[in-house]
Amino acid sequence: MISITDLHFAYPGSSFRLRVESLNVATGQSLALLGPSGVGKTTLLRLMTGLLQPSSGQVKLGDTSLGALDETARRAFRLKEVGLVFQDFALLDYLTVEENILLPQRFHGKGPNAASIQQARLLAERLEIEKHWQKLAGQLSQGERQRVAIARALAHRPRYLFTDEPTASLDATRRGVVMDLLRDYTQENEASLIMVTHDTELIPLFPFHARVEDFTK
Amino acid sequence: MSRAPFYLAWRYVCRHRLQSLMLAGALALVAALPLCLRVLVQATESAMRDRAVSTPQLIGARGSALDLMLAALYFKRQPLPPIPLKQVQELRESRLGKVIPLDVRFHAQESPIVGTEIDYFAFRGLRVASGQMMTRLGDCVLGARVAHRRGLGPGDALFSSQEQVFDMAGVYPLKMRIKGVLAANGTSDDDAVFVDLKTAWLIQGLAHGHDDVAATKDAVLKTEAGNTVANASVRMFNEVTEANINGFHFHGDQSLYELSAILVIPNDAKAEALLAGRYLKSSSPAQLIRPSDEFDALMTTLFQVQTLALTVMALTLLSALVISALVFALSFRLRRREFATLADVGVSPWALLMTKFFEISLVGIVGLVIAASLALIVQMNAATWVRYLLA
Repeated sequence: MISITDLHFAYPGSSFRLRVESLNVATGQSLALLGPSGVGKTTLLRLMTGLLQPSSGQVKLGDTSLGALDETARRAFRLKEVGLVFQDFALLDYLTVEENILLPQRFHGKGPNAASIQQARLLAERLEIEKHWQKLAGQLSQGERQRVAIARALAHRPRYLFTDEPTASLDATRRGVVMDLLRDYTQENEASLIMVTHDTELIPLFPFHARVEDFTK
Repeated sequence: MSRAPFYLAWRYVCRHRLQSLMLAGALALVAALPLCLRVLVQATESAMRDRAVSTPQLIGARGSALDLMLAALYFKRQPLPPIPLKQVQELRESRLGKVIPLDVRFHAQESPIVGTEIDYFAFRGLRVASGQMMTRLGDCVLGARVAHRRGLGPGDALFSSQEQVFDMAGVYPLKMRIKGVLAANGTSDDDAVFVDLKTAWLIQGLAHGHDDVAATKDAVLKTEAGNTVANASVRMFNEVTEANINGFHFHGDQSLYELSAILVIPNDAKAEALLAGRYLKSSSPAQLIRPSDEFDALMTTLFQVQTLALTVMALTLLSALVISALVFALSFRLRRREFATLADVGVSPWALLMTKFFEISLVGIVGLVIAASLALIVQMNAATWVRYLLA
């Protein structure tokens, strides 16, 4: 369960204000964060993952209140429990597809094992990037990079999944593949999914929506 | 925990191996240079000291003692004023030690021609490896490296070089008969061409051979006081053969013939002191030096220069380290987005720091390995290289 209570945030020296009185996403549920560009969708996503600290209020992921953790603990929590798909994919170009997908696992615990590698390969197969397994990320197209970023967010089986425009660089067919995968993952792993999007075609796929401009009034 | 940062650093360095190698190579060069310089100086000292120490005394014309030592012991091209042959006769008459004259003014291309006597070979422990010693005027024996480098052996011939190209009346090349090749002894002897003193004077032009003037009367211009003046049609010999050897003759007072230096092996300490005393007077046209003392003085100067060079190199190393630190700092700055991504994913600050540390360490280790390899290569080959440098 993801819950936000009475959250306030403002960038220093900016008139931008974000205020969320209450927002809850239950386990196994998906929420689409909607709104025009620049309204604050990514900011809200970063607040929900602990990448930004609110001025006041509380963000809880399960029983963990992010505000109660120090920076190191927040990072450790994110590494284990959170899957992130960044708008710019944020891949390391000098690593292969395999190494990028397994990166969070490498920094968590004992690193990837045979089972986790197999799991990652299955994800890659489903996202149709398996043939690029040993290619460097820097050699991939935008669409392929986006799918690698999605595989990296899912490979370590996080309980909380935050995705920022995860289908922006994909064609209709691949967009369907990604959305099916995210839906299946959420249900099978009892995870919570929050997706930032302004793709109107995706909105019907989400049972819950939140318009971010409502939080900035 | 440190496995992941190391892995990431390793992958980055491997992916950017050319840049990393260039940086490591630059560090290695500035780190290895002082080491290599030290090794080469030590090898030079070792190679030169033995020869200096094994030569008790050396006599030459008054002037630079260092030039005298370098010319007489290491056959270096030094502007050495000559001393007359009569010095040898006087020393021998004093019976204070063994006396070996040396004439090192001429060359066969780059190889020094050393005119000396048979005692020199026994003194330096030189033996003939193939062929035999020179037997007559115009013969030579080659040092091992000269023979090897030029592919020459007994039965071949070697020309002396004209010392001054534009001096038409000067020294003409002499075609020398190679009688033997000496066994290598790892010193300057290996790079020299040895001839009898008379052959050296022949090269100098103090002796010559030509057609019998009496048999070619048309060539005689005039005869006065026993001397015959002939025109240019008389053929000069540039090679000593069995047929023309009797036509070679010396002119002038032989006691005034020139030498470069005289090696002296005193009979005992008393003879050594007496000889040293004899040449102390500043009015004497000759000087006597102890090569080991001159060598120590040379090494003292060399050590001061080396210390200065090492100081400069240490500063260069420091500069290289500062520049490398700057390169890494700029590289990390350019990769801020990458490190921010890792932080966003959840990589701890400590792991990020370790990643940077491992990257720097990997480049540093590669640099050290290259530096150590360079130093090792120099160490292994120093003796050979120094011999070539000194040749």
